[in-house]
Amino acid sequence: MQIIFDKINYVYSGGTAFARHAIKDISFSIEKGEFIGLIGHTGSGKSTLIQHMNGLIKASSGHIYFNGEDIYDNSYKLKELRSKVGLVFQYPEHQLFETTVFKDVLFGPTNLGLDKLECELRAYEALKMVGIGDDLLDASPFELSGGQKRRVAIAGVLAMKPEVLILDEPTAGLDPKGRDDILEQIAKLHRESGMTIILVTHSMEDVANYADRLFVMNKGELVLQHSTKEVFAHYQELEKMHLAAPQVTYVMNALKDRGYAVTTDATTITEAKNEILALLRAKG
Amino acid sequence: MIRDITIGQYYPTNSILHRLDPRVKLIGTFMFIISLFLFQSLFGYIVVTIFLVSVIKLSKVPFGFIVKGLKAVIILLLFTVFFNMFFTPGETLWQFGVIKITKEGLINSGFMAIRLTFLIIGSSLMTFTTTPNQLTDGLEKVLKPLNHIKVPVHEISMMMSIALRFIPILLEETDKIMKAQMARGADFESGGLLKRAKSLIPLLVPLFVSAFRRANDLAMAMEARCYRGGDGRTKMKPLRYHSRDYVAYLSLLLYLGAIIALNIMIKKIV
Repeated sequence: MQIIFDKINYVYSGGTAFARHAIKDISFSIEKGEFIGLIGHTGSGKSTLIQHMNGLIKASSGHIYFNGEDIYDNSYKLKELRSKVGLVFQYPEHQLFETTVFKDVLFGPTNLGLDKLECELRAYEALKMVGIGDDLLDASPFELSGGQKRRVAIAGVLAMKPEVLILDEPTAGLDPKGRDDILEQIAKLHRESGMTIILVTHSMEDVANYADRLFVMNKGELVLQHSTKEVFAHYQELEKMHLAAPQVTYVMNALKDRGYAVTTDATTITEAKNEILALLRAKG
Repeated sequence: MIRDITIGQYYPTNSILHRLDPRVKLIGTFMFIISLFLFQSLFGYIVVTIFLVSVIKLSKVPFGFIVKGLKAVIILLLFTVFFNMFFTPGETLWQFGVIKITKEGLINSGFMAIRLTFLIIGSSLMTFTTTPNQLTDGLEKVLKPLNHIKVPVHEISMMMSIALRFIPILLEETDKIMKAQMARGADFESGGLLKRAKSLIPLLVPLFVSAFRRANDLAMAMEARCYRGGDGRTKMKPLRYHSRDYVAYLSLLLYLGAIIALNIMIKKIV
């Protein structure tokens, strides 16, 4: 197990009138190489939870283990943890600051204290991974388009070569094309480098296509943690939490209700298409 | 760490002080500050303390929270105490080389510290009990007469309310960018002065960029709603005095009267 959360609680502004129990008694474990989708309504504690994973927030109680070591041990080096657990925040393009794209991506590896050549190699690789061409390396990051900026910001985290990559709503505010590009690149990273991916999102379609397992959060609690198909089978429960299953799940359920012999566990459009085609063929 | 600064914050409780008209609180705070420098006697301190304690009780803001706000100005307090202690001429109590502590200095610094503390508590009580919007509304109303001598009162108060509104937003933004850069291995806490100053660049550049972006968005949004300054602009919730406000004014006058009367009496005795 790569990451283990053991009964994590977190209280914001503890001891004042503003105290808020943001995360309640959360336990889970994540294996190396998994693709996890973390979903939940706004304010359900998703962003707070992921900030625990690289030690940016310290839990009020509970333990977190990364590769078998307790990250709250006094001797544990948080800086090292942050290089292994890459965290891409919401709207990561807001953190760009350097004069050129390449220099900005260099920031992460340089902070790790690697030698210059290694840093540049990593920055270059990372930019390639997110599909930023050579022509943009010397451009100012502030001149790029929204989608490009976001990819540069993601490269900034990838250049640290993390073992785990956490992305907080990486597709928020992007057009459909930019959205698909980024998700496709994340999926490719997962396939090719075997990186553990944790994807935080509102969009059920996003996680349906890529995630092996889903964590569903509601009001600071982890209410479901099953495989993607199992979670979407509970779509009535999801609706109670102001979430929903992917649209194709509804289509398949509607078809079944009308007496067509289809299974309802399709979560992606491709699966649904195959299912319906098979049915048509059997009839025809 | 940044969130620990409580000075100037709004603290929501449902107290009579919160419901008072902001004009009363503004004028009251002003009068309180003046009163702090009016009296010289020990009796004066007692009256002021009683007044302040009862206002704190009325506000229902926890005392611990108020004291936390003092932390931010402790340096200033120490400075004042220090200078008053060592540089007031008078009867020498203790001497070491050129440094000497006088009896007058000791008394002065003690009283000065109390005055400053009261001043800070008094003015932060106003912000604890008044939302920024109310505060600027009140200020605009109070300063309205200055309009006649071409002071752009509306513009000033609008700028103030925008500035105040942006403080929590920018604090949150700072926190977010700081974390994002820490996730990329940035270190804001160790190293010498120069290294630390340098480490602020990855924080300050995005912060300024986002402040400009937000300012731009806000200007656009205001323009889209045809904002064109204060002329002929009406309010959804105009400020109106209630009976509790008159009671508050009366108690303020009584308090001020008491301080002045005390001053005159003491002078006569002496």
